[in-house]
Amino acid sequence: MIRVVLPAHLRTLAQLDREVELEVTGKPTQRSLIDALEARYPVLRGTLRDPVTQKRRAFVRFFACEHDLTHEPPDAPLPEAVVTGTEPFFVIGAMAGG
Amino acid sequence: MSNVRVLVGTRKGAFVLTSDGKRQDWDISDPYFPGWEIYHVKGSPADPNRLYASQSNGWFGQLVQRSNDGGTTWEPVGNQFRYEGVPGTHQWYDGTPHPWEFARVWHLEPSLSDPDTVFAGVEDAALFRSTDGGQNWQELPGLRGHGTGSSWQPGAGGMCLHTIIVDPSDAERLFVAISAAGVFRTDNAGETWRPVNRGLRSEGIPDPDAEVGHCVHHLAMHPSHPNVLYMQKHWDVMRSDNAGESWEEVSGDLPTDFGFAIDVHAHEPDTVYVVPIKSDSEHFPPDGRLRVFRSRAGGNEWEPLTKGLPQSDCYVNVLRDAMAVDSLDACGVYFGTTGGQVYASADAGDSWAPIVRDLPAVLSVEVQTLP
Repeated sequence: MIRVVLPAHLRTLAQLDREVELEVTGKPTQRSLIDALEARYPVLRGTLRDPVTQKRRAFVRFFACEHDLTHEPPDAPLPEAVVTGTEPFFVIGAMAGG
Repeated sequence: MSNVRVLVGTRKGAFVLTSDGKRQDWDISDPYFPGWEIYHVKGSPADPNRLYASQSNGWFGQLVQRSNDGGTTWEPVGNQFRYEGVPGTHQWYDGTPHPWEFARVWHLEPSLSDPDTVFAGVEDAALFRSTDGGQNWQELPGLRGHGTGSSWQPGAGGMCLHTIIVDPSDAERLFVAISAAGVFRTDNAGETWRPVNRGLRSEGIPDPDAEVGHCVHHLAMHPSHPNVLYMQKHWDVMRSDNAGESWEEVSGDLPTDFGFAIDVHAHEPDTVYVVPIKSDSEHFPPDGRLRVFRSRAGGNEWEPLTKGLPQSDCYVNVLRDAMAVDSLDACGVYFGTTGGQVYASADAGDSWAPIVRDLPAVLSVEVQTLP
């Protein structure tokens, strides 16, 4: 079970008050994880990735295991500690604006 | 007695302001969608409990929210705005071709007759329509594809389709306005379009007869006179008496003819309101005095309306979608400012009072007159 921690705006949209636990079918990657997240919470479609181009939004970042995974290829395997649920996968809204 | 519901979109959420027909005492809602930019909220004329809201921010993109109970509860609906076919290019600020990219929904215009049909004006400029209450959106590609689209250029705020007017006498006719391209009209429900900008003169365009390229800020129409259109252009207040076929300037004795908002009295088709702004580089009222100007002659002759409005040290702006009128008698007029004030007049502009003073910067104001 993969644990995902969402930023406040997205927790509000998805009506969540805690982290999400997701079962990912196949090889867990950023792409398959977000696919699973959007399938469970359709309201999040288009919030992490553009709904048409599927490109990650510029101010959305991905952290795990004390590393910034934002620029990892979307089909790269997730760290083992994330896959086993030992460490959460953080979705972060980048600090920007005022 | 009738009630009014004022729908306010701000930089950091939406607010619903309600009052009875006297429009003296107001209830102010808590923020809806707090922290999000709400470019526009509008109710369906066919079902006043059906509202649509454009919710976006720079982090998480665009959502569209729908309410079926007058704004008490909301549900997100479709947010996929896919340009038809190969999107192609428009001009970038430096004149180079730039691919069409969806950024946000500026304006939502519900159908006059069907609560499930709603139009969306978006950036980069295009018109979308939903016929299922906002779940699915289809572009009306004849607008971008009519021939001049590749020459459109953004204004400073982006290349946005910000104004949509459906002709109440002819459901096949729509007007849209785009910054900085101009006004476009369809007479066949969006199938084909043509520019209707003859008579507009814009500083910075060398061709005085340019078909497109005009920075139209907003349009207004009275439903009983659908061939008469009023326009607040970047500079100049304009009027057309033939559904946009030609335009003439009616700025007249305004202290400045720059501005964003324009609207028409609910019962007097020749009574028009604007809020003059000092200039394109100083987006605040001249002399620090917030004045609405009213013409009872369809333009040219304007009177300042100041009672109840700050007449010193006021440096706010009033954005293009931030003015609206109710349909009570006497007509109520409302506008919101970038300083977070929403002002109301229950006597057609003769006197004003703030409904609320300290909201986030106001992006849009719409009014519903309820039975």
